[in-house]
Amino acid sequence: MEAALRPPVVDTTAFGWARRRLFATPVDTIVTLCFGAVVVWVALRIVDWTLISALWSLEDGQTCRDAAGACWAVIEARGRLILFGLYPYEEHWRSTLACLAIVATMALSCVPWFWSLKRLPALWIGGFVTFVVLMHGGVFGLSVVTTEQWGGLSLTVFIFCSVAVIGMPMSIGLALARRSKLPVVRHVTSVFIDLFRSVPLLTILFTAAVVIPLTVPDWAQGDKLGRVIFAFAIFFACYQAEIIRSGMQAIPPGQEEAAAALGMKYWSRVFDILLPQAFRNSLPATINQFVITFKETSIVTIIGFFEIMASANAAVGTGEWGAQYVEVYFFVGAVYFLFVFGLSRYGAYLEKRARLTHA
Amino acid sequence: MKTILKNSRTRNRFIQGTVLVVTLGILLTFVLTTRHNLLEQGIATGFGFLERSTGWPINFSLFEVTANSPYADILLAGLLNTLLVGVLGISLATVIGVIVGLMRISDNFVLNLVGTTFVEVFRNVPLILQVFVWYAVLTHLPSPRQAISVFDVGYISNRGLIVPSLDMSALDIILFFIGLGLAGYAIAAAGKTNETLKRHAWSAFGAVCIVLFLILLFSGRSADAPLVNIPELRGLRFVGGIAIKPEFTALLFSIAVFGGAYVGEIVRGGFLSVDKGKIEAARGLGMTAFMVNRFVRIPLAVRAILPALTNQFIWLMKATTLGIAIGYPDYFMIVSTSINQSGQTIELIALLMAGFLLINYVLGFTMNWINKRLALKGQAS
Repeated sequence: MEAALRPPVVDTTAFGWARRRLFATPVDTIVTLCFGAVVVWVALRIVDWTLISALWSLEDGQTCRDAAGACWAVIEARGRLILFGLYPYEEHWRSTLACLAIVATMALSCVPWFWSLKRLPALWIGGFVTFVVLMHGGVFGLSVVTTEQWGGLSLTVFIFCSVAVIGMPMSIGLALARRSKLPVVRHVTSVFIDLFRSVPLLTILFTAAVVIPLTVPDWAQGDKLGRVIFAFAIFFACYQAEIIRSGMQAIPPGQEEAAAALGMKYWSRVFDILLPQAFRNSLPATINQFVITFKETSIVTIIGFFEIMASANAAVGTGEWGAQYVEVYFFVGAVYFLFVFGLSRYGAYLEKRARLTHA
Repeated sequence: MKTILKNSRTRNRFIQGTVLVVTLGILLTFVLTTRHNLLEQGIATGFGFLERSTGWPINFSLFEVTANSPYADILLAGLLNTLLVGVLGISLATVIGVIVGLMRISDNFVLNLVGTTFVEVFRNVPLILQVFVWYAVLTHLPSPRQAISVFDVGYISNRGLIVPSLDMSALDIILFFIGLGLAGYAIAAAGKTNETLKRHAWSAFGAVCIVLFLILLFSGRSADAPLVNIPELRGLRFVGGIAIKPEFTALLFSIAVFGGAYVGEIVRGGFLSVDKGKIEAARGLGMTAFMVNRFVRIPLAVRAILPALTNQFIWLMKATTLGIAIGYPDYFMIVSTSINQSGQTIELIALLMAGFLLINYVLGFTMNWINKRLALKGQAS
C-alpha cells in the first residue's frame, strides 16, 4: 500500500501570500500592477482632496475657490441646516438630544439583555416618548415645534425607527395570517401583501401624503408625517412578512406537529416554537431589509419632508455654496454610510452569534 | 357566547366572517368618502379626461408630445420613458454586476479590493443621493460654448451629451427591433430541423441584423439629407445630432451603478454556491480550466443567480420613479403632474398602479420563463 499523500504545504509568510494572491500567474502579475497603480493613484487623489489640500475654515476674504482640494468650510457654515433642517435655531439642542435618545434606544435594543417581550417594548416606548417630548415640546415649558418644522438627521432616524417598530409586529401578523388555515384570511392577506410589494415605495408614500385626505374620513387622517410613516410601515411589513414566512417554511413541519401533539396552544406554538426559529433563519434577510429601509427613508424628500437628504439639497441650492455640492453630498453620504455600515456589521455579528450558540 | 366560540368550526367561521366584513367595510368607506369629496370639488369621475389636451409640455419623450397632446399620449410617453431608462439601466447594471462579482471571487487581492470597495460604497449610500450627485456633476459641466469636444463629432456640456444621429425615425427603430425579434424566432424555429442553419445560427442572425438596418436606413429618405447628422455649435446652442439630457444620464448612471453593486453580490453568491466537489470532480475527469468554467461552474452559477436577479430587476424598475427628484419625466412624474393639473386623482392612481403591475408582471414572467428553460432537467424543484 502506498503512503497517503501529504496535504499541500501552504506558505503563510507575507512572501507566500503575495505569491498566491498577487503574482500567481503572469496574467495575475499584469493585472495586479495595472489595477494596483490605478488604485494607489485614486487613493492618493482622494486623500489629497479630502485632507491635504482641503480648506477647513475660511479666514478673512478667503473663498472656496482658493482651495485646491475640498472646502470643508461649507460644512461649518451649512452644517446646522443639514443636520437640523427647518427646526428653530434656538431649539437645536432639543433636536440633538432627541436624536441621541433615539440612537441610544437603537443601540440598547441591540444588547441581548433587552430581548424579551417585556423589556423591548418598554425600552422603545421610553425612547419614543423622550423623542416626541423633546422634539414636539408643549410640556415642561418647552415651546411647541410642529412636525412640519422637524427636519435633518433626527427626522431621518425617527422615520426609520417608527417604521421598524410599527412594521415589525405588523409583519409577524401578516406572515401568520398568510399561512393561516382559514381560506378567507389567507387570501385577503395574500392580495394585500402582493399589491403593496408590486408598486414602488414612492407611489405608496405619495398616495399617503396626497390621496388619502381625499379617500379617508377626516377623523382618521392624522397629520401628514404620521400618514407617511404608517404607509411606509405597511410597505416594510409586507416585505418583512415574506421574509419571516420563508423563515417559517424552512422549519420542518414535524416541529409544529410535535408541539401540537404535546397539547401546546396556538399562540404558545407560535411564540415558543415557530417565531424564534423563523427569526434565526431569516436573520440575514431581515438585516438587509433594515438596511434598505434606512436608505429609503431618503425618499420622503420627494414628497416634501425636510430630512437630511432634503436639507443637504437646500444647503447647496443657494448660489453661495452651489459649487460645494461635492463636499455636502460627501458629508451626507458619510452619515448614511455610518448608519448602514454599522447595521450590516451588527448583522454579521448576530449571524456569527447564532451560529455559535446553535451549531 | 364563550361556549359557542369554543367550537373550533363556529369560531373559524366567525373569524373569517369578521375579516371579510371589516375588509369590505374599509373599502366601502374609501369609495363613499372619495365620491363625497369629489362631488364637493365638482370633479367628474371616469376616464374621459384622457382625451383632453394637457396644456403642459414635457422635456423628454420618445415621440412628439406637445402641450396640445391629450393625457393618453403624455401618459404613454411617460411609460415609455420609464421603460427606456429601466431597461437600459438594468442591462448596464447586469454588465457592471457581472464584472464586479467576478472581481470579488477572483484570487487576486487587488481585484478583490476594487470589487469590495465598489460594492460597499455604492450599496451603502441611498440611491436618491447618488441620483443627486450625478445630476449635480452633469449640470456643473461647462456651458455649450466651452463644451468638451469628443473628436469634433460629440460634445459634452451642461445641456447634456450631444452625439451624432442617424437619419432614422423612431418608427424605423421600432421596426428594426420587431424585425430582429421575428428573425431570431424564425432562425430558432428553422434551426430545429436544419443542421446547417443551427450551426451558423449566430452568423445568420448577424447578417439579418445588418441587412435590416441598411434597408431601414436608406428607405424613405430624401436624397439630399445626410446619412449621419453631426452636431454643430451655432451661437449658444447645438444644432443637429441628438442631445442626451443630463436628467436621463444621471438617472441611468445611478441605476446602473447602484444596481451593479447589488447584482455583483448576487453573482458572487451564485458562484460561491457552486458545490466545490463538482468542480473538483470536473478537474478529476481531466477537463481544462476553460472547460470547467464553461460546462460546470458557469451553468450551475447562472441557475443559482437567476431567481435573485429577477427580484433585483423588478426592484430597479421601480427605482426609476426617483427620476422625479431631478425632473426626468418618467411614468410616476407624469402621473403626479397630471394629478396636480387635472384633479383626476383616483383614476390616475389606478393607472399608475396598473402600469407598474403590468411592468412587474411582464418582467417577472419573462425571467421565470428563462429560469424554467434553464432549470436542471429531471430535478423535482
